[in-house]
Amino acid sequence: MMPPLFKTFCAVVLCLVGASLLVPAAVMADKPVMWSQSGWSLLGLAAIAGAALVGVFSVGTSIGFALLFAALGLAGAVAPLVLLAGDVAVAPESYGFWSVACALALLACAGISKLASVETDRAWPRHAIPLLLGAWAVIFWQVGVQAFEVPRVLLPAPALIARTLFEKWDVLLDDFNVTVLHSALVGYGLGCGGGFLLGLLIDRSLFLQRGLLPVCALASSVPLVGIAPIMVMWFGFEWHSKAAVVALMTFFPMLVSTFAGLAATGRMELDLMRSYAAGHVRTLLSLRLPTALPFLFNGLKVASTLALIGAIVAEFFGSPTVGMGFRISAEAARMNMGLVWATIVVAALAGTVAYALVAWAERAATFWHPSQRL
Amino acid sequence: MPELARQTLATPALMSRLLTALWPVLVVLGMVIVVWYGAAVALNAPQVIERFARDKVPYTKAQLIDRTWSMKRPLLPAPHQVGADMFHTIFEEPVNSPQSLLYHTGVTSVTTLTGFVLGALLGVFLAVLIVHFRTLERGVLPWIIASQAVPILAIAPIVIVIFGNLGFSGLAPKAFISMYLCFFPVTVAMVQGLRSAGLFERELLRTYAATQQQAFWRLRLPASLPFLMPSLRVGISAGLVGAIVAELPTGAQAGLGARLLAGSYYGNTAQIWSALLMAAALGLALNGVMAALESYVLRPWRTVAR
Repeated sequence: MMPPLFKTFCAVVLCLVGASLLVPAAVMADKPVMWSQSGWSLLGLAAIAGAALVGVFSVGTSIGFALLFAALGLAGAVAPLVLLAGDVAVAPESYGFWSVACALALLACAGISKLASVETDRAWPRHAIPLLLGAWAVIFWQVGVQAFEVPRVLLPAPALIARTLFEKWDVLLDDFNVTVLHSALVGYGLGCGGGFLLGLLIDRSLFLQRGLLPVCALASSVPLVGIAPIMVMWFGFEWHSKAAVVALMTFFPMLVSTFAGLAATGRMELDLMRSYAAGHVRTLLSLRLPTALPFLFNGLKVASTLALIGAIVAEFFGSPTVGMGFRISAEAARMNMGLVWATIVVAALAGTVAYALVAWAERAATFWHPSQRL
Repeated sequence: MPELARQTLATPALMSRLLTALWPVLVVLGMVIVVWYGAAVALNAPQVIERFARDKVPYTKAQLIDRTWSMKRPLLPAPHQVGADMFHTIFEEPVNSPQSLLYHTGVTSVTTLTGFVLGALLGVFLAVLIVHFRTLERGVLPWIIASQAVPILAIAPIVIVIFGNLGFSGLAPKAFISMYLCFFPVTVAMVQGLRSAGLFERELLRTYAATQQQAFWRLRLPASLPFLMPSLRVGISAGLVGAIVAELPTGAQAGLGARLLAGSYYGNTAQIWSALLMAAALGLALNGVMAALESYVLRPWRTVAR
């Protein structure tokens, strides 16, 4: 079922590319522009045709073939990108452009599903699939925004966002410094540290634990970000108030994780420590804290996401003229969407890196745990 | 008859179990109230002392404490002040006036529920697609999982601007923000749930010559419920946060978020606290409804466990 469909796709792509050479691809100053007028575009079309030919005459389902097919398809995207980078417009009667766009869309779908259908034991082809999908999404975002002339307010092109990232890096760095390195990081440290210490302190009081656990559960269903205006009143407009919000938001999940972690030790291990005449502190250090580590790291991961959200959203409630949350809300109000999206890219990167750092620390600290031995 | 006997016997035991579970919580909440009163004195005292010093009036400690608990614009209002504000704005204002806390709570609840229903449907739909198409599973699912580490709430102001430019205002942009916060946890959990049906069960259906559709409706969908229901609780909490944040950039007209922002503009701290407590109560109520629904839907699983 699958190979004939796949080959039909490739044949259709080949026909579309061939036909597109005969009709105008775009309009420049009321004159039609052909694909053949630019060397790079021709190279791109050649890549598309090459991918389609490889697909039509293919027999194998190997990883190498899938990668070659996907890479040739991606190289084909050069054609519309180069064409649109010039001073041209795409009209409804620019059939050459639309047929190449259709060909690329078919190639993208075929390439991703081909790569996804490859069975292999190695891990990296698995990672290549979402990356390929992401690359195609960015390409179609760019081409679509330019071809349909989407207003910048609605959706800026990726190229514009990248240029803003490059040009306004000093502004973005200042915002990053205030929001991530001050509000989020200090609040994260205080909240997680506080939650962990309180968890340790009331470890011996079952009564307090029974009282606090439902309160923590309540806190998790309550929009704690709303405390931001009060914190502004107490700690001022600067980052200290945002750090306080973050501390409060990260405190409860960490406390719950500490409880759960300290309760995870098995009866047998505790009895063993007892038979060694180990005291409370010794048992804690040698047995219960190491056992609790997976739970603690889970709490730290949840809190790392919450910290960034808290720091950014708290700035929506009022802040000095620097910070990522301030930048997003202020520039969105001024319709300067390039900078808004650039800030969001920075926030997304910061969130991913923070999560990855905690995950890396977890692997380094709990390498012995079954969940890490995959 | 034995059923009845067991019930009457069980009641006192149940009461005492409830009491032992509730007692520590009450003590902790009592401690919170005491700390709150203490913090109100500590935070408000400098202002009160300054006022006394300006008027050159001698004062006793009792007077000082009494003043800190009855200021008009305190840094931290005492619990009874917040309670009075809540009572006034809930029961004494007409429900449809913008002064009424119930009115704002209603606005936020409608946004949250609309966004939640849309988000849950979208999440389930996407999960069904992901489970059935391997390309989506390997291409899209990693992005959805990775997006959980990203502060997606930061996009809220953009959504408001985009919807505003397309001519939508009011409920639509707010419900959209609430929706996209809901759908991530639902999708991730639902994918897990749809895959959770065991090999034995699937092979049994295979021996019955069940089609893929029948297997989906009779086995995979029911099997996913223990995963779906908790994720709906997470989703509705996230949706509430989304709704409140969405009310901030819209010019602070209605909703609990707008109420919070207006309170901080005018320095009306009691209003902030009552809006905050109301948001907490709404969060608890929504969570409670979902928890009740969960325990109702998941009855068969409990019976099996017993």
